[in-house]
This record gives sequence, C-alpha cells and structure tokens, in this order.
Amino acid sequence: MMQLRIKGISFRYDSIQALEDVTFTAVGGEILGIIGPNGSGKTTLLRCINRTLEPQVGVVLIDDRDVTHLSRREIAQQMGLVPQDAAITFPFTVLEAVLMGRHPYRSILGGETPRDLEIVNEALRLTNTLHLASRPITGLSGGEQQRVIIARALAQEPDVLLLDEPTSHLDINHQLEILELVRRLTKERGLVTLLTSHDLNLAARYCDRLLMLERGRVYALGTPEEVLTPANIRQVYRVEVEVTRHRSTGILQVLPLSSIEGDRV
Amino acid sequence: MNRVDELYSKWQRRKLLIFASLAFGLVAVVLGAVLIGPVAIGPGTVLRISAYQLLCWLRPGLRSLPRPWPSSHEIIVVDVRWPRVILGMLVGMALSIAGCTMQGLFRNPLASPYTLGIASGAAFGAALSIVLELPSYTLPALAFAFALLTVFIVYRIATARGGVPMETLLLAGLAVGSFFSALVSFMLYIAGEKLASIVFWLMGGLWASDWDKVFIALAPILLGTGGIFLLSRDLDLLLLGDEQARALGVETERVKRTLLALASLVTASAVCVSGVIGFIGLIVPHLMRILVGPGHRLLLPASCLVGAMLLICTDTLARAVIQPTEIPVGIITALLGAPFFVYLLSRRKRLLEW
Repeated sequence: MMQLRIKGISFRYDSIQALEDVTFTAVGGEILGIIGPNGSGKTTLLRCINRTLEPQVGVVLIDDRDVTHLSRREIAQQMGLVPQDAAITFPFTVLEAVLMGRHPYRSILGGETPRDLEIVNEALRLTNTLHLASRPITGLSGGEQQRVIIARALAQEPDVLLLDEPTSHLDINHQLEILELVRRLTKERGLVTLLTSHDLNLAARYCDRLLMLERGRVYALGTPEEVLTPANIRQVYRVEVEVTRHRSTGILQVLPLSSIEGDRV
Repeated sequence: MNRVDELYSKWQRRKLLIFASLAFGLVAVVLGAVLIGPVAIGPGTVLRISAYQLLCWLRPGLRSLPRPWPSSHEIIVVDVRWPRVILGMLVGMALSIAGCTMQGLFRNPLASPYTLGIASGAAFGAALSIVLELPSYTLPALAFAFALLTVFIVYRIATARGGVPMETLLLAGLAVGSFFSALVSFMLYIAGEKLASIVFWLMGGLWASDWDKVFIALAPILLGTGGIFLLSRDLDLLLLGDEQARALGVETERVKRTLLALASLVTASAVCVSGVIGFIGLIVPHLMRILVGPGHRLLLPASCLVGAMLLICTDTLARAVIQPTEIPVGIITALLGAPFFVYLLSRRKRLLEW
C-alpha cells in the first residue's frame, strides 16, 4: 500500500516558527484531516508537503522516495492540490482547466495526446462534470467549480491528493457532495488524501484519522474519537465543547458551548 | 468517441479556422499596403516589380530580364514600400505579443510592453545619440542597449530580496521609467535645433524604414516570439496564481524570468527601429482575448497576426491622410486606440472577468 511519510518538518517565515518537527504517516485509501485554529500551520503544512514551500528541516517521502530530490514537474505527477480559494478569474472552459492537470506530463513542444484526453474525460466523468466541459469555469457555481478543480487534480494522476479547506465556501449540500466525492475517490483509487478543515463535525464524519495542530506542532493524532475530546479542543481552540454521538447514526458531534478568555497555558 | 474527444477536435478546427482567416487577412493587408502610396504606381506594376525582385533574389541569373517600368518606381516599391510594410508587420507583431505576455505575467489588463520602463530607456538612448550627434547607426544600438539596461535595473531592484515579485516589478518599472523620462526631458531641453528629431522619434513611426532596420529587428523578434510561443501553456497556468501553477508543475520563477527576458528582447527590438508606438501592445491582446478566449496557445499567435495587420493599416493611414506628408503612426494608434480602449472597458463586465 502507498505510504506518505512526513518526517520532522520545520518551517520558519522570517521570525515566525510556522511548523515545528511535524511527523506523521498516511496510507493509501485513507483520508487524514488536518485541523487546528487559524494560524496553527495547516496550509503551511500542505505547502511544505508539495514543496510549494521549502521546509528548512525535514523530509517528505512517498514510498521511501524523497520528494526533495524531485523537480516540480515530477512532484506534480505525484501530488494533486485543490487549493483554498481556487477561484479562477479567467474564463477558461472546464475542458481547458482540467487539461491543465496534464501539464506535468507534457513536453514543451508536444500537444495533447489521446491518452491525455482519455484521462481528462475520466476525471470529468468521476467528478460528474462532463456535461459542463464546454462551459467557461467562471460561470459555474461554487460547488461545480470545486468539482472541476478536483477533476484537474485527478488529471494529474496523483498518488497523493491535498485539499486545502475544500468546503469552506460551499453550502451544506455541496459540502456533503464534495466530501462524499473525495471519500469515494480516495477509496476507489487508493489515494492518500490530506485535507484541512475548520469544520470539526465534517472532519469527524469524513476523515479516517485527524491530525490536530497547535502553533505548528502536532498536538494530537488518531481517530476522530481520540482527537476530538473536550480537553484537546479546550487546549487547542480555547473553546468549551460538548462531544456527543448522534443517537441513530452514531456520527460524532462537536457542539461549541463558550469561548475561553485569556491566554493559552 | 467520447465527449472530450469531440470538444477537442472542435477546438482544433476552430483554431485552424481562426489562423487561416487571420493569415489570409494579413496577406491581404500587406498587399493592400504595398499598393498604396503618394507616388501613383499601378497595382499591376507594383506586383510585377515585387514578383521580379523575388524571383531575382531566388535566382540571381534572372536579373538580365527586361524591366518595362521606370527605375524610380522600382526603388519606391523595393526600397521604400516593402521594407516599411515588413517592418510594420514585425513591430506590430512584437508589440502585441510582448503586451500579451506582460498582461498574462502581471495578471493585469493594464500591463503593456512598456510596463517595465523600456520605452523611457530606449528614448534616452535615442536622444543621447541624436544630441551627441553620433553616427546614425548608433541610434538603434543605443536605444536597444538602454531599453535592456532599464529592464535589467528594474529586475535587479525588484528581485533584490529573492523571488520575482510582480508588484515590486511594476513599481520599480514605474520608478526607473520616470527617472529615464526625466533624463529624456533634460535632453529635450538642451537639444536646441535637434529637438524636432528627438520628438519625432518619441512619437514613433515607420517613415525611416529600410532593409537594414528590417534585418536588425528580424532575428530577435522572431526568436523572442518563438520562445514565448513555447511557453504559452505555462503562461496559462501562471494566470491561476503561483501556488496553483507550482502545484501543476510549473517552475514559476524560472518561467517568469524567461518570459520577462523574451518580452523585453522583443519590445526593445521593435522600439529601437520604430520609436515608441503606443497602444498596439495594450489593445490587441484585449481585443483578441474577447474574440478567442484567455488560452495563450490561441491568444498569442492570434495577437501577433492582428497586431501586424493593425500596425500596417494604421501606418498606411498615417501616410495617406495628409499626402504627401505623413503623421507619425504613434499618433494614429493612440487617436484610434484610446476611444477603442474606452469602448472595451465599457463592455468589460460581460466579456472580461478581470
């Protein structure tokens, strides 16, 4: 089974220590949710994993292959990113946008190959966006745009899928739709999926495991039950919560009660 | 055949259709422009002279053939009209592709080939050559050198802290451009009777076209344009922003540097032979983005062809309006360009999303 191993990653922006000694392993077919308050380093962590940022210390390994030694092109063949706020402001058609996912496979002179078109067709089909293919992406709804961006990431034929707050702009219907899609793709294709989220309830429901960050450090790592305890959430988010299980579905529910004033201890 | 194959071949056909019609248009415009001029020469004669010269160039042995036209006509067609039209084509192409590249790089519709201060730098070089009464071949050389020097200074200032920050480039371009503009103003002030030649150069025009200028501009413009074409897909991805471009495998900093260098080379080559012709590089990319969409694989070559056509047309207008004298083409492009630009802006909500 495919493995993504993150070993001892530290990253500083000028004088701010954004990540400190982050270590964990995720396996194929698993969704690992990365949670934590604003500024805890969630997005920075994703960027260090796909080398959009260069961490000062630490390595990222895909099946024992060190990502540091790969070119951007080679990394893009292994990791697909669905960025936060992927809002595309240029009226590319959906087909053009998803074809961009084939960029890491193309030579400078070559055009699209039949294989490129086949993979793009499959990515559009999987994300249920085939009927939108000729439409400009700027004219789509938020949920449709997000599905197109996921299709683009799939067209990269990645082993690792990184999603930065994939549902933050969406209504509840589309939130569920996108996360169902991500879960299905992760299981079917054996992807390692990392996603960051501010929504603890959605994270609990769709992620197999959660990684809780506090000020750039791993505070907790485990199943949603293990990580989403009132004590952990009090310490990391400074919020009193009640954690229950829904009576009939058994879904974990986090109910915020009150915020705690004062500094962290 | 699946849906994607179907759309893709439709797109290919559309691309072919656009290129074929634009290429046809360019040929028509070139021929039309060669036929028009203050000296009345019949279209048949112009074409016969052109064909004769082309054949002689291919087969020097044919020079002994009889030439049933006055030699003055031959000089006008071969050494005045043709170099002028070809230079117009090259310069129009260069300014359009450079403008298109800059707008893509800066993700800003107001960017133009002159955004990095290249025009002021070139103007200073040209003014220097005129004021110091240096030999005439130094004018394009100095204009070219100072154009590239300006970009180099701007680039060094902006990238002093690492990376290629586009906002800083924009501001540095503004600052360095203003500095060279001030130097140009100073040169104008001390120019005395040479004032007029500097001012004419600043206005931009193709009146002094000859084959030498064509040969100066030809190689760097074709080279730069070819290089930009090769990076057209990377330019598409840069429109998505650095993070997404990188995640899709683009070496963003290297691609930006290369594109800036190529666009500057192309612009400097155009400016050094034609002066500062405004608006073409701003408007043509806009117009073509509306007509063919934001994808640079179609947008760049289409802009080239239309830019070439537009500059040849405005230049023909420039020499036809007040015969036998002529207006600098820079004035015409701005006179026609500015209202057209306003018109585009008024439509922008519907057609352009930026």
